[in-house]
Amino acid sequence: MEKYIIVLLIIPIIGFLISLILPKTNEKWLARTAFLTTGINLLCAFFFSGYWLFNKRIAVNYREVTLYQDEGFNFFIDLYFDGTTAVFLLVGALLSFLVVRFSSIYLHRESGYKRYFNNILFFYLGYIVVVLAGNFETLFIGWEILGLSSFLLIAFYRLRYLPVKNAIKVFSIYRLGDIGMLLAMWMSHHLWHENITFKALHNYDLVHEQLSSHSEVGIFISIMLLLAAAAKSAQFPFTTWLPRAMEGPTPSSAIFYGALSVHMGAFLLLRTHPFWEQQTSIVILIILVGFITALLGHYMSSVQTTIKGKIAYSSSSQIGLIFIEIALGLEWLALIHFAGNAFLRSYQLLISPSVVSYLIKEQFFTFQKGKETRQLSRYEHLKKAFYLLSLKEWYLENLVFRFVFKPLKRIRSLIAFITIRTVFWILIPLYVLGMYMAYFDENSYTLFKYYLAVATLLIAFLFVAKSYNERSSARLAWTLSVFAHFFIDLSITFNDHLNLKEAGIYLSGILVSGIIGFACLQIIHQREGKSIGLNRFHGLITKYPNLGIVFLLSVLGVAGFPITSSFLGEDLVLTHIQEDQWILAILFASTFIVNGIAVIRIYARLFLGHTNNTFQLKKDLTI
Amino acid sequence: MINTSNFDEHKTLEHLKHYLPAQAALKDFVHHNTLHAFQSKEFHKALWEASVIFGYRTYIGIDEFRERYHKGMISPAILDRVIDAHFSTVSEKENWKEKLLQKQYNKHIHSRLNQFYDLWKLQYKVNLPKVVHPLLFRLLAAYLDQGIADWKFPSLKDDFLDSLRDLEQNGYISLFKAKRARRILLENKKKVADLLAIVVGDEAYFEQYLFEQQFNHPGWSGFVSVVEHKPKTLFDERKISLQELIYFELLLEIDALDHKFGEMWKPLMIQNEGAVIQDLFGEVPYHEIKTVLQLWQEALEWSYFDSVLSGILLSSKKLVETKHPSFQGLFCIDDREYSLRRHIEALSPTAQTFGTPGYFGIEFYFQPENGKFLTLACPANIDPKYIIKEVNRKKNIQKDPHFHQSTHKAHWGGLISGTLGFWSAMKLLFNLFRPSISPLTVHSFQHADKQAGLQIDFTGEQEEGRNIGFKPVEMANRVEKVLKSIGLTQDFVPIVYLVGHGGSSVNNTYYAGYDCGACAGRPGAVNARVFAYMANKKEVRDILQQNGLNIPQTTCFVGAMHDTTRDEIEFYDEEKIPKKLQALHQKNEAIFKEALMRNALERSYRFENINSAASLHKVHHKVKKRSISLFEPRPEWNHTDNALCIIGRKSLYDKLYLDKRPFLNSYDYTQDENGELLHSILSATIPVCGGINLEYYFSTVDQQKLGAGTKLPHNVVGLFGLNTGVDGDLRTGLPSQMIEIHEPVRILFVIEQFPEVIDNVISKDKSLKEWVHNEWVLLTAIHPETKKIYRFSEQRFSEYTPVNKSLKRMTDEQAQLDVINKKEPALMVN
Repeated sequence: MEKYIIVLLIIPIIGFLISLILPKTNEKWLARTAFLTTGINLLCAFFFSGYWLFNKRIAVNYREVTLYQDEGFNFFIDLYFDGTTAVFLLVGALLSFLVVRFSSIYLHRESGYKRYFNNILFFYLGYIVVVLAGNFETLFIGWEILGLSSFLLIAFYRLRYLPVKNAIKVFSIYRLGDIGMLLAMWMSHHLWHENITFKALHNYDLVHEQLSSHSEVGIFISIMLLLAAAAKSAQFPFTTWLPRAMEGPTPSSAIFYGALSVHMGAFLLLRTHPFWEQQTSIVILIILVGFITALLGHYMSSVQTTIKGKIAYSSSSQIGLIFIEIALGLEWLALIHFAGNAFLRSYQLLISPSVVSYLIKEQFFTFQKGKETRQLSRYEHLKKAFYLLSLKEWYLENLVFRFVFKPLKRIRSLIAFITIRTVFWILIPLYVLGMYMAYFDENSYTLFKYYLAVATLLIAFLFVAKSYNERSSARLAWTLSVFAHFFIDLSITFNDHLNLKEAGIYLSGILVSGIIGFACLQIIHQREGKSIGLNRFHGLITKYPNLGIVFLLSVLGVAGFPITSSFLGEDLVLTHIQEDQWILAILFASTFIVNGIAVIRIYARLFLGHTNNTFQLKKDLTI
Repeated sequence: MINTSNFDEHKTLEHLKHYLPAQAALKDFVHHNTLHAFQSKEFHKALWEASVIFGYRTYIGIDEFRERYHKGMISPAILDRVIDAHFSTVSEKENWKEKLLQKQYNKHIHSRLNQFYDLWKLQYKVNLPKVVHPLLFRLLAAYLDQGIADWKFPSLKDDFLDSLRDLEQNGYISLFKAKRARRILLENKKKVADLLAIVVGDEAYFEQYLFEQQFNHPGWSGFVSVVEHKPKTLFDERKISLQELIYFELLLEIDALDHKFGEMWKPLMIQNEGAVIQDLFGEVPYHEIKTVLQLWQEALEWSYFDSVLSGILLSSKKLVETKHPSFQGLFCIDDREYSLRRHIEALSPTAQTFGTPGYFGIEFYFQPENGKFLTLACPANIDPKYIIKEVNRKKNIQKDPHFHQSTHKAHWGGLISGTLGFWSAMKLLFNLFRPSISPLTVHSFQHADKQAGLQIDFTGEQEEGRNIGFKPVEMANRVEKVLKSIGLTQDFVPIVYLVGHGGSSVNNTYYAGYDCGACAGRPGAVNARVFAYMANKKEVRDILQQNGLNIPQTTCFVGAMHDTTRDEIEFYDEEKIPKKLQALHQKNEAIFKEALMRNALERSYRFENINSAASLHKVHHKVKKRSISLFEPRPEWNHTDNALCIIGRKSLYDKLYLDKRPFLNSYDYTQDENGELLHSILSATIPVCGGINLEYYFSTVDQQKLGAGTKLPHNVVGLFGLNTGVDGDLRTGLPSQMIEIHEPVRILFVIEQFPEVIDNVISKDKSLKEWVHNEWVLLTAIHPETKKIYRFSEQRFSEYTPVNKSLKRMTDEQAQLDVINKKEPALMVN
């Protein structure tokens, strides 16, 4: 039976691929494809859950394909089915099915009709991958798909400024959480000496034995998992991205941010529960995060004046409670709570336009004039302070910005000297020299190889920081982002001899995407007859729709998205960082993550976020 | 050149308000001319200036005009005629035709409203709107909120600034980041000009700076200005003024700059003394693209109007008077009622229908029982002296727990999501596959309870200086005026219907725009019912008889309401119809029902996902389903494609098929020698129909700035406005789902009356003169005796001969479909 679980995965893949090739104008078949994909998948989900329910309810694991095997490293796709899977699968499939049906008419005549269903199916695929994943690597593939499809759906109205700005914001927070995922994966490689499956995590003795000898490693992994979960589930301190994600068509907001995507953090905690439940400090930390979010979410929801913002904060506050339930080991309660919250919030979002007529009518018949403010007691003062704090979102928006993205911007002056010339005349020779040393002159640096590795990686990080901050030249930013990978590779080679095969896997994808991406920029540069800066949004997608798609694909390649070999490569590279090399690991993860943000920013600034208006062109109504 | 006179705060504010959008709260949505500020100028000149100054797109794209030309929607003959009218020499004409058809104009549309804020960015490296807007909008929304937040603004004082001051002083937490802005707010000594001196420095630029600042968020500024002047647009009233908004925004700007630079930064225009700032309202340079667009627009408009006018000529030649009618009904002039009337007349050839603004000439405030507020039931520019109260209401309001505040609480929410959450999934499932009327539905028949009574007679009671009910004389005056204006003074049939209209929808924030424009965006049920009551009243009949209007004893008036979305009808006070007329009423009811079904079928041609070939009942069922489906963003097409307003007798359009494009106002010129009735008709129809038409026009040509964009991502703000996403400006205008198939042409008034009389009526009234002389609405007269057409242009009437001499006949359904979907001109029926 287990081997048929893959069917649940294959259906969305087929559905997604079909939706890609259908013509833009064929609304009927686009809707039908999505309807059938989610519908059939829902039936299968019922079937498997039923089977599981009546078949002793034993968790099953199925090792699907091995993508790469080497001594000490084994990358394989692994599927897993248990109670948590069943609940998430059923709720996800049902809601997606309902929302697809809803959208097929709701989006009628929208110019992005096809794009919308592509995204929904892509998202759905990512969701199913995460839910069925049997190990971290598989889960991470789905995790990345969720992140990208979120970006694309928030920026669905891609020619307007705010959706695109907010899409980048949410994507950045997601990437921040991905640092947690990457580092957790890195450390668990070293902890278990293999790609551990979630099934194995349920082996109490095994986990207990490992943790008692490596307690700080356990804490590190757990905190990283919590970081990933908190970012994805809009928990403290990342809460404020959730309302800002409500920029796409209402049904997509309903399914993503009301219901499914936002509960993925809770899912991650449920999945890894056997691992961290033995660590009291982590349990307390999760309860704390959940509690703070529940409390702040409650107050922020109370002062929201837009209906979607209100629903967003209530939802994240409920997820805070779900975190607490999970931490306390109340797994089934958490699952029921998840299902209820997902249904409730998505329905509330879907009916949110009705709130005007409903509440106005209620106000018409029941209005009472507000009472005069009472005397100024200390309580009143405090109330006002609380109100204003909640309105200002408890400065959470600032907090993340100040500690993460502002320092990154500060680096700008430090690296102002980098121009396209310095890249070609200084950095490339430097790189060649490094390569020479790494492969032909190994003995010269063995003594200080760790420092050399860190220094090289630091250069890579500076590249990425520069790329992230770049304002004037898109080509420079792009070049730096691509080069960063080569320096990462060099650094790891210094550190722990990366063989050519491994380097090839890592860099081949980067190189191809890098060249294609650069060619796209070059074409635009020539056609526009001027250098395209990154200090504002250009909205060139209307002018170069196909080039936009090609460039987006190369962005994904450079960002190490799971479509190229570089995704595998990044995991591979991580195994070459030893468990005591924290600095290197954190630096690597940060470089990788910031690079992802930097390249998606290039894409967004060039192609999205601006409408070019002339009297010549046909008007676009659905923007 | 920048105007160097001293800054006059009051004058600047007035000037600014004049240009800001004037859209009230969602519940009071009424159509109006989006570019009302430019109405004092000639249409094309105004559109060009608005485009250059504010960066609006004011016409459809040249590519779109050309597409229409190649499809035949713009006739080559008309295009030539338009060009001929503008140019004299042959070479000029050829030259311009070449430009219209071939030349590429890729000139970007810019506005003059980005000069100061670009300087901030360039010279100070600060993006002020990005820093200032989020908090500003959040505080405005929190202060004005009508019930989305359950935690009300905690410091409600006399006005906006006082409330903020209280919050700042008593809340431990500051609104600001730096000290100076806090100090200024609390001291309360500085004026707007003082703040401008800090921010801008040079007085010469103050006014333009404020324009730019406020036009960074025209939606919010416009709404604040509306609330300032019409506080009643919010049930829970708030005092706020544009001046306070500006004051606070300036404080936030000072604060943002202080936070970045300390208090020592130099004002913008002192720092950039030499910067060249183009005067906002300075000379607007001409560009030939203006003429190109104007010529295309005229060609598009007259390609359609020409065939309509030629149809009217053909139609009115064979004058048929309906003798001994079998059925009479008064309907609203609304374009959606026209098609229904057409079906009724087709079903019953002796039926006589009339059009008059749907408030039936009776202006009052309506107050449902237990209602805490008054609801206006007449055109929005009237402030009536009467109230009509509902008594003995039978229906209660239904509730839906999903909107309850406790679902958003951390503690209750847990319990609720564990229980109600699963119920939500069921409800969604049901609505997707079997929609039904629910508490979420705005249902036109629920506006007024059919079973409840109305207090129409004045008994001496008064409230807030208004009479509750009307005296018989007042009733008689109103009834008489309406009947005379439509020419219904004899040949009364036993039952005369008065049909108001309203719409039904769900998940629709624009619900008010679906109802009757002449009833201030509400269903016209109460007005129809009240008129029927008045016209049936014995004292009223007596007075009317004295005035020479003789309504037979046997005649009975019956009020009704047509639901334009669902194509259903409800009759009021049926039990008061005399017994012997009941059979007749039933017969008429059957005609109504059949006509409604046919109307639904005709409307279904515009709905792509309804199969119109199915049976009538099935089609009607599907049409009805649209009004209650959560996922249907287009329950109906409202005023889409409106293009005409015909004022005259039925013979003008009797033989024509005009799709759903005209507003029709019945008018008999023979009863109105000096044009008094015409004046009262025009002063209602020109602003109402012109407002609808122009709002549709501008929302269509510029969805981004003048329209509201697609409504799919809309988010409700404070129950009064909409934005896309959670932050950002309020959206004004119409969403794309209302206008996407609209053909943007100005409305043409066709009036059956002597040109001199019309001229006289219009030039006497300043407001009408502005509309007509500046050509924001177009005007033609049909000479009642010679049957010649006179077109009003360049301030005078001149004879117009249609190019098109014959019209296509309505031979089959395909011909009708071409009119509807390809926007082909009018057709001749039989």
